[in-house]
Amino acid sequence: MNTLALTALETAYPLSDNKLAVLWFILIGVLWIGFFFLEGFDFGVGMLLPFLSKKDADRRVMVNTIGPHWDGNEVWLLTAGGATFAAFAGWYASLFSSLYLPLFLVLVGLILRGVAFEFRGKQESPTWRRAWDWAACVGSFLPTLVFGVGFANFLKGVVLVASDVSYWEGHVIPVYSGFWSLFHPFCLVGGLLFVALFITHGAIFLSLKTRGDIQAKAKGFASKSVLVTVVLMAAFVIWGNAIYGGTDFVPGKVGLLVTIAWVVGLLAVLALVGAWFFSAKGRDGLAFLCTSVATVTMILMVLLHMFPNLGFNSNALGGISVDLTLVANSHTTLKLMTIFAAIMVPVVLAYQVWTYFVFRRRLSTENIVDDSAPVGAARAI
Amino acid sequence: MSPETVARWQFGITTVYHYLFVPLTIALSLLTAVLQTVWTRTGNSAYLRLTKFFGKLFLINFAMGVVTGIVQEFQFGMNWSEYSRFVGDIFGAPLALEALIAFFLESTFLGIWIFGWGRLSKGVHLTSIWLGSIGTFISSIFIIAANAWMQNPTGAVFANGRAELNDFLALLTNPVFLTQWPHTIAASFVTAGAFMAAISFYRLVKAKAAAAPDGDLVAYRKGTKIGAWVLIVAGLCTIVTGDLLGKQMVVTQPSKMAAAEGLQTSPTPGEATFQILPGVELFPGFLNWLYGTDNIQGLDELEAQFRDYGYRQQTFIDCLAENGGAPQSCLTDTDGNPLGQEGLQAGFADQLATIADRGQIGDLSPDTTIAFWSFRLMIGIGLLAMLGGIFFLVAVRKDKVPRPSGLMTAIAVVMPLLPLLANSFGWIFTEMGRQPWIVNGVLPTQLAISPDPTLAHSTPILLLTLILYTVLYGVLAVIEVKLLLKYIKIGLPPETDVPPVDLNKDEDAPLSFAY
Repeated sequence: MNTLALTALETAYPLSDNKLAVLWFILIGVLWIGFFFLEGFDFGVGMLLPFLSKKDADRRVMVNTIGPHWDGNEVWLLTAGGATFAAFAGWYASLFSSLYLPLFLVLVGLILRGVAFEFRGKQESPTWRRAWDWAACVGSFLPTLVFGVGFANFLKGVVLVASDVSYWEGHVIPVYSGFWSLFHPFCLVGGLLFVALFITHGAIFLSLKTRGDIQAKAKGFASKSVLVTVVLMAAFVIWGNAIYGGTDFVPGKVGLLVTIAWVVGLLAVLALVGAWFFSAKGRDGLAFLCTSVATVTMILMVLLHMFPNLGFNSNALGGISVDLTLVANSHTTLKLMTIFAAIMVPVVLAYQVWTYFVFRRRLSTENIVDDSAPVGAARAI
Repeated sequence: MSPETVARWQFGITTVYHYLFVPLTIALSLLTAVLQTVWTRTGNSAYLRLTKFFGKLFLINFAMGVVTGIVQEFQFGMNWSEYSRFVGDIFGAPLALEALIAFFLESTFLGIWIFGWGRLSKGVHLTSIWLGSIGTFISSIFIIAANAWMQNPTGAVFANGRAELNDFLALLTNPVFLTQWPHTIAASFVTAGAFMAAISFYRLVKAKAAAAPDGDLVAYRKGTKIGAWVLIVAGLCTIVTGDLLGKQMVVTQPSKMAAAEGLQTSPTPGEATFQILPGVELFPGFLNWLYGTDNIQGLDELEAQFRDYGYRQQTFIDCLAENGGAPQSCLTDTDGNPLGQEGLQAGFADQLATIADRGQIGDLSPDTTIAFWSFRLMIGIGLLAMLGGIFFLVAVRKDKVPRPSGLMTAIAVVMPLLPLLANSFGWIFTEMGRQPWIVNGVLPTQLAISPDPTLAHSTPILLLTLILYTVLYGVLAVIEVKLLLKYIKIGLPPETDVPPVDLNKDEDAPLSFAY
């Protein structure tokens, strides 16, 4: 590493270990927010694929609105995971091992939807294509649901206990207390909310990116699903902040941030009301802006509750508090990662924005050459 | 079965499967970029048709690599939480940088390349495949640096109950990384070369028999020759880098190489024999010449050394030889620091002693049967693939084209599979040969798994997910192969240039590529 750059950075911004850790918590939060904002609508498009239209041409238009983007959107998740590993190894270890089974479902989902988008157009048979439409739907639904349940759990605080395994003196392994506790009713509301929100976000994205028949269908759907989403969001925000939001519920919470979380959460509800209003008025761009704001503020609200406890409740750990100071990686690593991030994040943002510019036009069935076989004409594979 | 065993099988299956797609992604993306560059420069439509033909096969393969790769990044935390907690300060950085620098680059620009045919200027479109390809190479640098660190943990110390990074540069100048990365890349080109040569050759034979247009024959002949030359040259590079890597391994992982060469007992210095089969000993001194050292230790001696003195590396072994086997003078240097162990291994020595006393390391040597055979299969199958490359060149020399026959089809089917097998055996050797360690000489694999007394990491649940992964991967493999075969049968696209589409002018214009 360029030591000169390191020294210069340190002189300009003398950061303590803790400040770097806070910075990385914020960065990881930004990665999650970016992931849900972007992948949110393409999860939504995936979930809507078998339902919005029966015509293959329409479905192809849907897939092609996210075609050039879905893979890049997904990298936000991989980067969030990698950054958690690189900046807070203890967080990554406890989180990913605690959520072993839910994450397995996420992985199965991401595998299914990825190959579905790539493979559905590669055979002409309607059976083949319908099968992949369902794979894309299930593959988008599973991660959405699990992330919803997961983030609700983080707001509540996943209860950690000390494992009875210890490899050397003073070695403590925090593990989560029980599998079924992950499925608290509040967390199920979180799961449903994510599903409803991303379907709506996806439908509005479609009305923004398509023309013709499919656009009308997407608009019609969004105007209804947004109402369900408003109700779920209000329940999530009020339940989460009123019952689990207090500073006493999980150790270490900051009072000011908890207050801000209330405000941000209510903003999410308001944004959805706005989405309903603008979508009814046919203002697709503003409606999309509103669901985007709702997604961003909802995640931000949960993240505010995760500071500095990272979504863990360490009450039962006997004096050890698993928070961002405890699990932060060394100063050397954080410094190194900060430099790389400072250089690379703007570059990545620039070229990702550029791809949306390149593929900015609305699509319709006119743009897609019809290559599907007549029904019943071809075998499945 | 213990959870550890199932977790290891799960890692093995998902990783070997993922690695079926990785080498093709790396090297075929570059070959496709080169083909497109030649077309852009010369306007020779044969290269455009090859670009599109292999580009399509590349993308079918790339999709599988992407989706199976997500599992890789997640399962360190899911199944190997104590590994992650212990090494995250060092191991996490390359993974994060891989995502930030490499994955964004390859996913974004390959997306642009796929959908950009005719929508972008030729120059911008060509740049996008190059950037995508560069992304795959950057990715390989980070992940091999991370793996090389597990083989030879440099640049780290033991502090705060975990391994901590103290020298990032040491990660990138790790001698294991410097030999393992070129070895891996060379083998990737063997894989892509064999893929391109075999498919072009098969289509050439068929096209000739069907009296296809000359343009088709010219393009397929080019594909066969380019693929075969890539395969042969990359094969030679694989041999050279493999030799350098082997010389490194004898120093950093003597147990791995002792197991690979079937050396249970230490051979007489300077007279280590080569075993082509277990017990069939040839050429005394060959191994000493091969690995460039007179002293090659057997597993028994290495185990005894571990029991007596803990984990030691070559400097210690050299010192023993110099001092006529008197270990006391080799345990510390004049300043009293432990000799032959540096950084992480030295700092962790006390904890490791406790762990060893509790019997939590297991067998001190890797499984000799697996190491011995995977090593030989890797080399043997790799060499066979190179012979196949020579066959292709001979078969299509001058203007010759062999007649279609069962043999030609068999060669075309087997050839792309040989490098995949050799790659898999190579990784099985690399990882199994490191056992019982997950981080060589520091963290035993047993202690790396996620502890969980409740549900998720119990043997039945791990078995369940293992079975589900395997079934899902199996189904996808069948679909993948069927799609590849379909597009190989379709063959080269028609000989027409891509009409540029400008959606800004004509919003109803059909896209030249759509899902």
